[in-house]
Amino acid sequence: MQWLQTQWQMLPAFMHSTLVIVGLTIVLILSVAYLTLWERKFIGWIQLRRGPNRVRIFGLPGTGGLGQPFADVIKLLIKEIVIPAKSNKVLFRLAPAIALIPAFATWAVVPIAPGYAIANVDAGLLYVLSLTSVGVYGVILAGWASNSKYAFLGAMRSAAQMVAYEIAMGFALVGVLMAAGSLNLGEIVTQQRGAALSWNWFWLFPLFVVYAIAGVAETNRAPFDVAEGESEIVAGFHVEYSGMAFALFFLAEYANMILIAALTAVFFFGGWLSPLDGYLAADSAIRQVPVLGALLGDGTHWLVLKIFLWLCVFLWLRATFPRYRYDQIMRLGWKVLIPVTIVWIAVEGLMVWLKVGPWSA
Amino acid sequence: MLVQILFYAFAAILVAAGLGVILSRNPVHSALSLVLCFFTSAVLWLLIEAEFLAIVLVLVYVGAVMVLFLFVVMMLDINLEQLRSGFTRHAWLGALTTGIVIFEIVGVIVAKQLGVDATQGAAPLPAGYSNTRELGVALFTRYAYPIEIAAILLLVAIIAAIALTMRKRPGLKVQDINAQVAVRAADRVRIVKMDAEKRP
Repeated sequence: MQWLQTQWQMLPAFMHSTLVIVGLTIVLILSVAYLTLWERKFIGWIQLRRGPNRVRIFGLPGTGGLGQPFADVIKLLIKEIVIPAKSNKVLFRLAPAIALIPAFATWAVVPIAPGYAIANVDAGLLYVLSLTSVGVYGVILAGWASNSKYAFLGAMRSAAQMVAYEIAMGFALVGVLMAAGSLNLGEIVTQQRGAALSWNWFWLFPLFVVYAIAGVAETNRAPFDVAEGESEIVAGFHVEYSGMAFALFFLAEYANMILIAALTAVFFFGGWLSPLDGYLAADSAIRQVPVLGALLGDGTHWLVLKIFLWLCVFLWLRATFPRYRYDQIMRLGWKVLIPVTIVWIAVEGLMVWLKVGPWSA
Repeated sequence: MLVQILFYAFAAILVAAGLGVILSRNPVHSALSLVLCFFTSAVLWLLIEAEFLAIVLVLVYVGAVMVLFLFVVMMLDINLEQLRSGFTRHAWLGALTTGIVIFEIVGVIVAKQLGVDATQGAAPLPAGYSNTRELGVALFTRYAYPIEIAAILLLVAIIAAIALTMRKRPGLKVQDINAQVAVRAADRVRIVKMDAEKRP
């Protein structure tokens, strides 16, 4: 341990961030793999089924189902990638990469540990917004380059939906911005310091609800998955994709889910802050217990727990609700969510002005 | 040194992408080249430490404007031959615009060499400097009225655009979504209790 620490300190600064980036990417990809398994298990339990329970890791007993993600990956890797004859070859190959890159690049500014993000950018929130809005290009290009009607319909739906919900999402984040007084994600987390009730979700509850709904819509997840809509337009924008190219879209969707869950945790649930922060003082007796004390304090484990719980909500939504109709999605985005955010921003302005709640100090 | 290498690399990409916008035969490729243009300009702005402007450029132009642009370009079936036919007729206008732009750029460079540099160059900024904050302070104190007037103008433009396109055609079949959303199960489904019957 000591040896590792000295080795770590001897590395130049750019190697530190490179190693963290590589580590985080591997963790994310593994999380995506197991999120797909967890989704099938979780929805299986909701629907009184068992879910995947056959593929074992190296045939070890008791690991039934745990090998499923790897079996899926190997299956997709050895499948042929069919490129439609009349498609736009370059864009067809480029689209999955464009869909995937923003989902990973956004993690650069997410505060993953107390006081640490890979890039501590001042305009972090804007960076997040701009990168998440780039992700839609992957979907649009995939739909257009496939030269297929179903794919194109899916792409058009997705573009309209993204533009609509981006606005609601941006407005919801204006409220977070007003609370934090900073665009820096690390400062947005530290500003929420206190107990679970001093996190942003409490005072910005309508904005939190809007952000959560817009987040589900942005990731094209059920009940907002009209871009895929398998019962209407086959598989939407990725209908022509097969093998690993399809797997990249799959990876992008799940990486985006994890990202949105992380961002919700950061913006509204205090990121890596412990929910017991306000109740257990740092010098109280229980915090001095070696392992338990550290677990009860702030740390990455709280962020991971919040992300996990939020992902379960995503899956729960998918298992519960039928798909929205396209015009109802548009109505919800433009006529319900955006007005709600504008009203609550005005209310929040009043609260700041009259020094109510967290702004009283 | 590294900054200069990066500048020239990205400037080369920017020029290439700009050429791609006007030279490619496919309008979708042109639009995508324009996206690349915006990205590389954002990188150039990052190099002069204008991170707020750079990110907002990506957010507004790449994230919103170009998505709508692509949306429209993909839907249109553009006849390129017809577009090309007016090339010589409008060439003088293009040449004039290019000439003015070149004149302006050269003018700035010459003025800089004469010692009357209005831009003041890009001096390295202190570590704690946040140009997001500086812009915010400037916009909401000194320029509060201009920004509010601009906001009102944009709002008027939005309303005008909606008013122009909102036509009420007779005989149009429209769903009343409010009525649909307000529907309860009791309005649609009647549950009837029946005794079980013996099979005939």
